[in-house]
Amino acid sequence: MTFSVEEALLRSLTPSVLGIIVRRGADFAAAEDAVQDALVEAVRVWPADPPRDPKGWLVTVAWRRFLDATRADAARRRREDLLDEEPAPGPAPEVDDTLRLYFLCAHPSLTPSSAVALTLRAVGGLTTRQIARAYLVPEATMAQRISRAKRTVSGVRFDQPGDVATVLRVLYLVFNEGYSGDVDLAAEAIRLTRQLAAAIDHPEVAGLLALMLLHHARRAARIAPDGSLVPLAEQDRDRWDTEAISEGVEILQAALARDRLGEFQAQAAIAALHADAPTAEETDWVQIVEWYDELTRLTDSPIVRLNRAVAVGEADGPRAGLAALAALDASLPRYAAVAAYLHERDGDPVTAARLYAEAARKAPNLAERDHLTRQAARLNARRLR
Amino acid sequence: MAKYLLLKHYRGAPAPVNDVPMDRWTPEEISAHVQYMRDFAARLEETGEFVDGQALAPEGTFVRYDGEGRPPVTDGPFAETKDLIAGWMVIDVDGYERAIELAGELSAAPGAGGKPIHEWLEVRPFLAAPPTITE
Repeated sequence: MTFSVEEALLRSLTPSVLGIIVRRGADFAAAEDAVQDALVEAVRVWPADPPRDPKGWLVTVAWRRFLDATRADAARRRREDLLDEEPAPGPAPEVDDTLRLYFLCAHPSLTPSSAVALTLRAVGGLTTRQIARAYLVPEATMAQRISRAKRTVSGVRFDQPGDVATVLRVLYLVFNEGYSGDVDLAAEAIRLTRQLAAAIDHPEVAGLLALMLLHHARRAARIAPDGSLVPLAEQDRDRWDTEAISEGVEILQAALARDRLGEFQAQAAIAALHADAPTAEETDWVQIVEWYDELTRLTDSPIVRLNRAVAVGEADGPRAGLAALAALDASLPRYAAVAAYLHERDGDPVTAARLYAEAARKAPNLAERDHLTRQAARLNARRLR
Repeated sequence: MAKYLLLKHYRGAPAPVNDVPMDRWTPEEISAHVQYMRDFAARLEETGEFVDGQALAPEGTFVRYDGEGRPPVTDGPFAETKDLIAGWMVIDVDGYERAIELAGELSAAPGAGGKPIHEWLEVRPFLAAPPTITE
């Protein structure tokens, strides 16, 4: 989905408007509903009657909605009178509000799926229907997920400091889930991470933004017209988005210069090395292995070790890759796929074909399964010819 | 953020602990069972994890293409097919552990004597969209 200019503006104003309504004393759940109502109203009214001060307009409408929803009739009258006397919102501490909203929506008491849904609605300004479509669940289910999430965080004080790492995990999830519905979740994740980077000066926020930009840059080349996956080595690099790559690299370099390395910066560094290679053959695998070593040190993740084995296979040859692989648990996701690739490079197509077929059976998604099945079929056909 | 199919079999799964066919239950026991299933679905809607639930008629027909310009060939229903699917529920949950937990609850639906059937349900993950970040 492409958003109109108005909708893009509306959605960029969402977090600061919500912050102001909460600051005026509304509880978070009610404020969030009121802001959603105001957004819907704006989409209806603005095209014919654009406001001079879009944010002030949203604040006024959202505050009225909040009063409508929470006050008994008589009390409401009184308070609306009060509202009219209230001074217009001055230069609010917007950056802090935005940041706190991110923290609240990614609060550790929320499950990942609840945090994702709440972030997309309260920070991203997406409607429940858009989020439901993006995640292919009924709208009623998504509405429940969001309202439960709001209840869960209702006791959390809005001005409490949060952990930026939890926010980054949520944004990473939004980005990595891909794009299944009519909302482009990858683009939305980039927008939200950009907005976060403007609100907080943190090298890992920059690292995540760089990582997203560098991967997003390859998007057009990743999927063939028939929907099949194109592996990195076979991608048409002319179709990579050079603008996104240079922005990603620039952001990454500034972050790395601060010497506070974290996992997102290290992942982005690997993506940048791929982006930097004019052809797959010119990839600097030795440096990539070094970054995987850093990443292993930072995360101690078995998935990282598995990816490292691929890089070792490229840098030092398939035998070295297989040796690195031998130290890992064979039940890891994508282990068989990595083993298949390394065995093929080692000149053993029979083992590789068997492992590709095994990897296809275990593939977590259709595109990968089809890709792995084709690899097995390619090797089997060559052998039977 | 992962979808699972909870598959209920008439046949093809191992025998449940409380293995009395439904037509030998009392009407109250049947009502209690149906109510349990409804409540379970309602609870999942409440938690924001429900996607879909459907029951299937036991008898189906096999169909296949029979060449250009010819009507499809039909066969069956077969009395002796190995597997028979009674219905399903699709859930959208945070992970495998939660899917297993919910399937366990669903399997506790009451049967004869008001006791849980301990029915075997099959949990199958959906093949999702590929992740954006791969290396």
